[in-house]
Amino acid sequence: MGKKSKIIEKEEVVIRFSGDSGDGMQLTGTLFSDTAALYGNDLSTFPDYPAEIRAPQGTVGGVSGFQVHLGKSEVFTPGDLADVLVAMNPAAIKANVKWTRKGGTIIYDQDNFTEKNIRKAGYEKDPVREENLDGYTIIAAPVSSMVKEALKDFGLDPKSVLRTKNMFALGMVYWLFDRKLDYTEKYFEKKFSKKPQIAQANKIALRAGYYYAETIEALTPVYKVSPARIAPGIYRNICGNAATAWGLMAAAEKAGLKLFVGSYPITPATGILEELALRKDLGVKSFQAEDEIAGICTALGASFAGYLAVTTTSGPGLALKTEAIGLAVMAELPVVIVDVQRGGPSTGLPTKTEQADLLQALYGRNGECPVVVLAASTPADCFDYAFQAARIAIEHMTPVILLTDGYLANGTEPWKIPEMKDLPEIKPPRPSPDDIPFMPYKRDEERLSRFWATPGTAGFEHRIGGLEKTIKGTVSYIPDNHELMVKLRAEKVNRVAEKVPDLNAAGDKSGDLLVVGWGGSYGYIMTAVRELQAEGHKVGLVNFNYIHPLPKNVREVFSKFRKIVVCELNMGQMAAYLRMKYQEFTYLQINKVQGLPFTSQEIKEQCIKILEDKLNG
Amino acid sequence: MDELRTFEYTPKDFKSDQEVRWCPGCGDHAVLNAVQRALSELGIPRENYAFVSGIGCSSRFPYYMNTYGFHGIHGRASAIASGIKTANTQLSVWQITGDGDALAIGGNHFIHVVRRNIDINILLFNNEIYGLTKGQYSPTSERGLVTKTSPFGTVEEPFSVGELVIGAKGKYFARTVDSNVSLSTQICIDAARHKGTSVIEVLQNCVIFNDGIHDVVTDKEVREDRTIILKHGEPMLFGKNSDKGLVLEGLKLRVVTLGNGITEKDLLVHDAAESNPGIQYMLANMRYPEYPVALGIIRAVSGDTYESAVEEQISIIREKSPVKCMDDLLKSGSTWVVE
Repeated sequence: MGKKSKIIEKEEVVIRFSGDSGDGMQLTGTLFSDTAALYGNDLSTFPDYPAEIRAPQGTVGGVSGFQVHLGKSEVFTPGDLADVLVAMNPAAIKANVKWTRKGGTIIYDQDNFTEKNIRKAGYEKDPVREENLDGYTIIAAPVSSMVKEALKDFGLDPKSVLRTKNMFALGMVYWLFDRKLDYTEKYFEKKFSKKPQIAQANKIALRAGYYYAETIEALTPVYKVSPARIAPGIYRNICGNAATAWGLMAAAEKAGLKLFVGSYPITPATGILEELALRKDLGVKSFQAEDEIAGICTALGASFAGYLAVTTTSGPGLALKTEAIGLAVMAELPVVIVDVQRGGPSTGLPTKTEQADLLQALYGRNGECPVVVLAASTPADCFDYAFQAARIAIEHMTPVILLTDGYLANGTEPWKIPEMKDLPEIKPPRPSPDDIPFMPYKRDEERLSRFWATPGTAGFEHRIGGLEKTIKGTVSYIPDNHELMVKLRAEKVNRVAEKVPDLNAAGDKSGDLLVVGWGGSYGYIMTAVRELQAEGHKVGLVNFNYIHPLPKNVREVFSKFRKIVVCELNMGQMAAYLRMKYQEFTYLQINKVQGLPFTSQEIKEQCIKILEDKLNG
Repeated sequence: MDELRTFEYTPKDFKSDQEVRWCPGCGDHAVLNAVQRALSELGIPRENYAFVSGIGCSSRFPYYMNTYGFHGIHGRASAIASGIKTANTQLSVWQITGDGDALAIGGNHFIHVVRRNIDINILLFNNEIYGLTKGQYSPTSERGLVTKTSPFGTVEEPFSVGELVIGAKGKYFARTVDSNVSLSTQICIDAARHKGTSVIEVLQNCVIFNDGIHDVVTDKEVREDRTIILKHGEPMLFGKNSDKGLVLEGLKLRVVTLGNGITEKDLLVHDAAESNPGIQYMLANMRYPEYPVALGIIRAVSGDTYESAVEEQISIIREKSPVKCMDDLLKSGSTWVVE
């Protein structure tokens, strides 16, 4: 490996790969992050791709990106601004320059900076000058012509040759970060074991990029990010959707139940259904339904038949499932509804992230219709909260809505693999033989959950359904019975609070400002709070994962701070919910609805303004 | 214990303790009797039955059966039943539905359960009206029907249940009349034994909102001349005096009277097992007065069921895959060790 003249030692670094949606940027980013993870960095990634599979080539709308944040200590987010931007065309610069740190490095394919492409991206002549990128390290590499040259005697058609451009760029980045090529090379050998020529071409392009960067090294700073000090164990990279699927399967195994998923494909939730459909080896029955309603209704059927049943969707699909969730509340059957939130309302921004389904999850049904609502906060903890959602659904005989979002679903991070023996047992509430004749709405005294007798079990034949019933399962319009049942269903859900962990403030336990978040904004808020603390502010953080019912000690935690600010990617839904639940506090808000996650910096700046108000007043 | 149990039942064993609340004279009562009779003859343990319904008068049915039952929401019974049967393939799953529940709000689920050929038995009570909401037209109401929501007559064409089932690649379609308990019982037994989605259309009378809608073919005086009960392998003969039959003339069915050189041998022989639905399609669509209305098992073709294909795929992949439990999966693929 070449001697590196100008080495920048960094705690953390953010790199963004960006190009046309056909340029293979998602793969490039994934290969880079896997290599970084194997090296021992902590990391977090986020893909950012257009809704159209192939938007018009060369346009800003067609730009697909993949951001990787790696560090030598804990990394909570994919990062606010990129230190290194790889731009495969002028549109990639246009789309990403505002997300690139001032003075950062921009590598671009100068062969793609033709007059036509420059115009298409909305520039006159020279993107570098027009964007005023003087302070940046600019590396204009002739990527296209270099791969053509490297593969000229290879016998590949010109299109296939150009398809290796991303590997040339990746090779350059590997040199820049002093990483080995072996993981990527092995990937191609495996992926194209039946097409060795393609595998070889990609490897050649990768090496050509690496050596090209080495040759031009005098111009280039090299980033060094040492491995992170992280807990010993076996690790893997995992994205939120896979972690969700695995958490559900783990819960089924722990409960001794089989898993059924009834779902309809919808961005950005489809990955969960795809992951579960793969797992026939674990006996998962996946049912791709004719629509969202059939997705949850088949799941309810499977739940009635004794399966751990789940349905996965995004906001528009949750809306369609509304009536059937009401049926699940009334029938008191366990079912997990995963809502991978995206920008709304209506079709909204399918590939972008938002947290605006909270009130829909909490209240979007007819009648008094309480369900348990949980939210995951990192790609890897989607596993934990999917597991908990299933545990609560089964043990408390209730539908549970698990909220994740597009940012968690597609983002990845290294995950210390748990051992199944360390996960809690899940005990389905079975009736005993003494319960014959079976009364379907007789309840467990502690939890108030009913018992789960499933078809095929002799002596427990019973009828359930959406009409109000008595304890025996007889349809009843008696006024007092209805009120009693409404209250019992609500109290059953409230008692779940007895089985969820206390809220724990990170950072300071008391002080001037408590920053409150929920679900996926955790990483950004955490980073902001750490920085504020480092600057001497007395700031704490709580991030809610258990939203309904809320943990029992909320009041106690909140009362230790002078001010409370709720940060969420919506217009203030959690703030409204908390105002209703704990009226004695004043809730300030930080909101964003741009289809994008927060940046830590914007949270930090807002928090400083709030803190200064205090100092002034 | 199970081997000591016998599964001999009487219809009474399937009656629940709930008071039946359909209107006096409603056709549903007779269908309930037929189903309870059929179940008592099937030899399936009672706990293995699951009755599922949506919303509508007929959807109260599960409450009156002493079996497992799930009264769902409007139109979704096919989906709920699909989930039950896919999960537990050992169950005998029955969906009770009506023309509105199955063909209007539940139309999408209905065609898809039929297409997938999930082994459930669908009893579709067709009274060509909305009863529970008190008399609005349904997707099977004849064009021009005057109802509360069509005070000047409907301006839309009705669905034909059999046509829809065959169009959705259905493999089993039968038709009965509510008042003919013995025919309904026979069909239910046959449908229960058929592997795959069985759709049974019951011409059912709503005494309150559409009374007598099927009388033109079901009335005692005329029914033998205006309906034909099809039997697999037998000539298509009907009429009070067994003197009428069906023949194929060109590409169309035609009613003939025996005599004048026409004998039973000239009549079409019913083949419910023929996979090409051409003739069955014409039979299912026969309407009075041009034709007799076809009753009995019109189409019964064997084929793979969805749920058994799912189980088969699982068992093949289970055998091959190195992943046997979650711990295997968690450690599979790209992992690394931090010391």
